[in-house]
Amino acid sequence: MDVQNIYYDGRIKIPYTWYVGETGSRFLIALRDNKEIWGNQCPQCKKVFVPPMKTCGECFVPTGEWLKLADTGTVESFTVVHYENGVAKRPLPVIYGLIKIDGASGSLLHFIGDVKPEKVKIGMRVKAVFAEKRGGTILDISHFAPVKG
Amino acid sequence: MGKKVAVVGFGQTKGRSARKDVNGVELINEAVVAALADAELTIKDIDAVVIGNMDHFEGVNYVDSWSVEGSGGVMKPIFKVTTGGTTGTTVAMSAYYHVASGMFDKVLAIGWEKNSESDTTGAIITAFDPVWERPNLGGAIAGLALEASKYMSTYGITERDGARVAVRERLHALNNPFAHLHQEWMKGIPVDQLVELLVTSKENVMLAYPLRMSDMCPRTDAAAAAIFASEDVAEKMAAVPAWVASTTNRHNFALAGDVDMDRNTTMASAAKRAFEKAGIKEPLKEIGVCELYLPYSYAGLKWMEDYGFCAYGEGPKLVWDKVTDMDGELPVNPSGGVMSSNPIGATGLIRVGEAALQIMRKAGTRQVQKDVNFAFITGFGGCYWADVMVLGKKKPS
Repeated sequence: MDVQNIYYDGRIKIPYTWYVGETGSRFLIALRDNKEIWGNQCPQCKKVFVPPMKTCGECFVPTGEWLKLADTGTVESFTVVHYENGVAKRPLPVIYGLIKIDGASGSLLHFIGDVKPEKVKIGMRVKAVFAEKRGGTILDISHFAPVKG
Repeated sequence: MGKKVAVVGFGQTKGRSARKDVNGVELINEAVVAALADAELTIKDIDAVVIGNMDHFEGVNYVDSWSVEGSGGVMKPIFKVTTGGTTGTTVAMSAYYHVASGMFDKVLAIGWEKNSESDTTGAIITAFDPVWERPNLGGAIAGLALEASKYMSTYGITERDGARVAVRERLHALNNPFAHLHQEWMKGIPVDQLVELLVTSKENVMLAYPLRMSDMCPRTDAAAAAIFASEDVAEKMAAVPAWVASTTNRHNFALAGDVDMDRNTTMASAAKRAFEKAGIKEPLKEIGVCELYLPYSYAGLKWMEDYGFCAYGEGPKLVWDKVTDMDGELPVNPSGGVMSSNPIGATGLIRVGEAALQIMRKAGTRQVQKDVNFAFITGFGGCYWADVMVLGKKKPS
């Protein structure tokens, strides 16, 4: 006997609300209000975190000093994406990069723009381009663009 | 048999409706730092980490890795456990197994939840069968109301009996600085009057008969951490280690429609086996304190019968006779229990930690006066998952 394979469409949508915490909020407020990138530093290993951390995972101590960093950095790695992504709604192709902000110990995952994909290189110098409308999210940096000259 | 294992340290955050000042990782860190301080250890002393929460409450499916900056799990073995309402007790059981195996001496157990970050009922429904029960399920409250209705009908239990349990839990919570609900207005009012108020007040909204607001647990943001240590090191770390005398668990159905509404058979079976393993013959006499996962008031009647503390239908008598109050023969939930704080993934671990504090006599303003040789702990979750642990003052033989 032929049996129709029935399926049931789910209706559950959970409206998540993630609290950033005071440490992350301080970073986002500087982005939103002043177009500034700040990091904070582990007092023991001296690593500088962007985005900031309340504790240093390796040393397991609270982070200390806040440092105002430049809005420039270096492309550590990148890829050019040619498929649609429901979250990052940008015209294709989308360039994703790991940007090591000058003075930071790790890289920030973000977009690279204002450049043809074939021109992007690892080691390229880039500068943050801030969004016109900023709402206190990591996308208050619209993308990173090549440093001219 | 494996190594003997004891709880040697415990830390927790204060329960709150919403911890807006910290993210999940930072909340976890507060509990871990407190537990390490309690055991006078540093993170370097920890051999492995077991962590648990319910993924759907925060929408982070990678918690073991995501949380390392807070948990201290950087470059350590980490094991994630998620079993619904029982998550915290299953985390404790898993930490126990890690140490009992002989492979780790000191294991950090972490439970946490930020219920403020999602819709609790919506998230709970994702734990149920998508085809047969999600389209028509009312979440945890309605499911428990079905159980309460059956119990009331069979044994002639009243709403006042349920309210008496709620009053006990909320009065006990007033002694616990970490409890989420502190109903200060209850102070100084006789128990009978409080019960009357709860069953007659229009402000005490009926959610699903017979369950009013006061019969239910809150949804809480909090984290807890406990340190489990092997017999080779435990006595050096704690003046009175809280030894794991036995632990066991049971579950018996997948669909809500299959639950035995007459008795809580999973809890009954798990408790019976745990008492046997711990050598406990007369639970009411031998157990000094209980920290029970009672998610709603009527569980504090019916399930007490299933644990074997009294005959079927006599739960109300036990509670009205003050047996389970702070100065009774069997104090239940000196912490205020789940009905006073329910950070779901942490809730079971808080039961274990609070019971350990009672044995160590470090429970401060909520310390029971009587000597505690055994403490009885339960965890409860969807599918009537039952976790049970018995902690003891004496090292098991």
